[in-house]
Amino acid sequence: MDFPTFLIQLLNSVQYGLLLFMLAAGLTLIFGIMGVVNLAHGSFYMLGAYLAYAISGQFGSLTVAIIGGTALAVLFGLALEWLLFRHFYQRDHLDQVLLTFGLIYIFEELRSLAWGDDVHSVKIPELLRLSIPLTENLSYPVYRLFIAGLCIALAIGLYLLINKTRLGMKIRAGAFNRDMAEALGVNIKLIHALVFALGVGLAAFAGIIAAPISSVYPNMGSQVLIMCFVVVVIGGIGSVRGALISALLVGLVDTFGKVLLPQMAGMLVYMLMAAVLLWKPEGLFKQ
Amino acid sequence: MSATKSHLEVFPAGVKLVLWLGLLALLAFPFVGTEFYTQMVTRMMIMAIFAMSLDLLQGVTGLVSLGHAAYFGLAGYALAFLTPQSEAVSLWWTLPLSVLAAGAAALVIGFFVVRTHGIYFIMVTMAFAQMVYYVFFDNRALGGSDGLYIYFKPTAQVGSLTLFALDDKVTMYYFTLAMVLLVYLFLRRLLWSPFGRALAGIRVNEHRMRAMGFATFGYKLSAFTLAGALAGLAGYLWGVQTEYINPDLMGFHTSAHAIMMVILGGMGNFAGAIVGAFTFEYLLHVFKDLPYVGEVHLGKHWQLWMGSFIVLVVLFAPRGVLGVVQALTTRGARQQKDGDV
Amino acid sequence: MSEILLTAKNLTKRFGGLAAVDKVSLELVRDTIHAVIGPNGAGKSTLTNLLSGDLPVTSGRIQIGAQDVTGWRPEQIARQGLGRSYQKTNIFLPFSVWDNVFLAAQARDPQQPWNPLRWMRRAANSAGARRRCSAAIELAGLQDRRDAIAATISHGEQRQLEVAMTLATEPQVLLLDEPLAGMGVAEAERMVALLLRIKKDHAMLLVEHDMDAVFTLADALTVMVNGQVIATGTPAQIRADANVQAAYLGEEH
Repeated sequence: MDFPTFLIQLLNSVQYGLLLFMLAAGLTLIFGIMGVVNLAHGSFYMLGAYLAYAISGQFGSLTVAIIGGTALAVLFGLALEWLLFRHFYQRDHLDQVLLTFGLIYIFEELRSLAWGDDVHSVKIPELLRLSIPLTENLSYPVYRLFIAGLCIALAIGLYLLINKTRLGMKIRAGAFNRDMAEALGVNIKLIHALVFALGVGLAAFAGIIAAPISSVYPNMGSQVLIMCFVVVVIGGIGSVRGALISALLVGLVDTFGKVLLPQMAGMLVYMLMAAVLLWKPEGLFKQ
Repeated sequence: MSATKSHLEVFPAGVKLVLWLGLLALLAFPFVGTEFYTQMVTRMMIMAIFAMSLDLLQGVTGLVSLGHAAYFGLAGYALAFLTPQSEAVSLWWTLPLSVLAAGAAALVIGFFVVRTHGIYFIMVTMAFAQMVYYVFFDNRALGGSDGLYIYFKPTAQVGSLTLFALDDKVTMYYFTLAMVLLVYLFLRRLLWSPFGRALAGIRVNEHRMRAMGFATFGYKLSAFTLAGALAGLAGYLWGVQTEYINPDLMGFHTSAHAIMMVILGGMGNFAGAIVGAFTFEYLLHVFKDLPYVGEVHLGKHWQLWMGSFIVLVVLFAPRGVLGVVQALTTRGARQQKDGDV
Repeated sequence: MSEILLTAKNLTKRFGGLAAVDKVSLELVRDTIHAVIGPNGAGKSTLTNLLSGDLPVTSGRIQIGAQDVTGWRPEQIARQGLGRSYQKTNIFLPFSVWDNVFLAAQARDPQQPWNPLRWMRRAANSAGARRRCSAAIELAGLQDRRDAIAATISHGEQRQLEVAMTLATEPQVLLLDEPLAGMGVAEAERMVALLLRIKKDHAMLLVEHDMDAVFTLADALTVMVNGQVIATGTPAQIRADANVQAAYLGEEH
């Protein structure tokens, strides 16, 4: 493999990994702090993509879609948590699996009723339609760098939120010892609602910014959900740092795998997961 | 993780009566039903075997697997690979071989998966099943997304004598019914064996089981493998019945449907799994067959009805029909007990 | 007669920089009860978890008889002849008293979960398991409660059930973690009588806060403070030890 090709694949890996991180971070936080398994997490990604299609179609601007779409998704997350999820934190995982599986069906149908079943595309904004030339023949799309940049910015924001703010401290306290945190005056119910909404928002955000390169189509949530689960398993439940490292690892293995070993491409990530499980059954960075 | 849920394992007389009546109804059905409905009930019985296999894992041992359909599909694929385009193969060796293949896959995957607990277990079973799904979906040689056809149903011949022909819908019905009974009796016996008792103990308090000297990993792996093999039996029959296998049969939707079936009827006693399978399949049929209301084709949006039904069951009857009955009767008993304290 | 059934040498358990158990050694002798006492946080529970294999040791060795069992899994140590009861009742709540103890008794039968013959036999047919189960239930005084569901019996009876389950595997070494926890006077007296009954042929480690019970039952005492042993000896010696009096014996539990 020559250097420019390697660089392209490396950039693709990182960009894919960072998108996965957006999804996995929310999922691992919701798992780790509220103990809820949510099969419908992929549906939030799909929601983001369809919002990108709808909003950018209406207003002609991806920026509006990113800001507006994420805000709508966060509100949706708050409503969903208040209506349903908060009653399931203490329930069996079995009940959570079934509930969220039922939700997948409902969300798919609502999506079908709202936006139909066709495949849609979302246009990359004018400004970002450039490509950076790497060699005579190869160049790299600026938009993908933009995606990576946004994700990095959000990752930094997430780190600062969790580690450097009072809210973050309360979140960590609640995760560590719920009763103690409550006794110390932390409003656990509010924290849970915010964490859930954050997770939904991150997933939808990923869907919005990825829409221009991945298209918008029915059932797009399922594929990404599985990858997301693999990332969380490898990284360790509850560890955002683990999710980041794991997501980048998965991005690398998947991208380079498709290029170097195309027949086994689909299986490589699972083999990675199997290997990690043999060594550490609770993930690399389990809290 | 310690559970305080008790499962109905010994059937009260009323339940036993209902089960016997159900068996009689199943025995008589082909004489009263049309060919279409005979086939439909055959499919329900195949799903009942699938659900019973999951009940062993989930109801008895307490392991929630989102990847059980992988073994169901694998056996179907095994039959598809074993059946050439030009002639039929024999039931006598293809059935055991397909079941063995499913069991072997469960053993291999189980080895990785059984070492995890709780949420991890759910997620990795799903992940490995999706891996199997993609192996078949991505490879034209294995049929790809189009799947594979089974050109001839297997024959049941001894020498030149054909014992029975599975091409005949009624014969297939009774053969499947026989399989349902065999699996049910086998599993009921297993429930009361030392193995079955240990699995139940693992469900309730695995930590204590280890402290008492049970090597719980080996027990869970054995249960996982056996459940996979039995799912394979169901998958093989599905292949015989429908003559078509595709990757969707292995997807997590199918696995989640099986979970629903087991819960709907009541977990841990295998009869509930049969009831749940029939109920679920029938509901699916009803939802998909809904008529037009004005311009809206209600049947097209079956996912909405099915999804809502699942959510409602989880919200209001999470232990299925049997759970509702138990709750009503235990409330009465608990009021009595409080009086004693 | 003074056969040493369990030896712990210099057991240490570190969590990060903190040594919860620091170079603790002790011996459990047949037909004796060896009590471990100390204030909360002294490391008694951690010590018990180290001996049962629930926690890996950082350093030190554990031997059951002549067999070194350091690093073994809990189920392996149990099969080597160790049984333990828990401070927080750790039974099978949905099962009857008989079924609880029977499961423990069944653990003594050859296992082989992969053997299809073990799938077809009836569990209740195991004569050996039935015998062990009956014996343990009788010893624990629960004969009249055999069919009661464990979740419905009284707290004291549940503690008795804890002990019955520990006995049913016919271990040689017993680790009993606060068997009297949460008991009233009458129940505690019954439990003390039970423990004296089972002393024969077993080597017992008793972790307890109830000082009356400890001095009634113990043949030997180890006092732990902050993970370390500050005194070991007979009850008389321990009572007279100035260090122990200063550090602990003044306290009520």
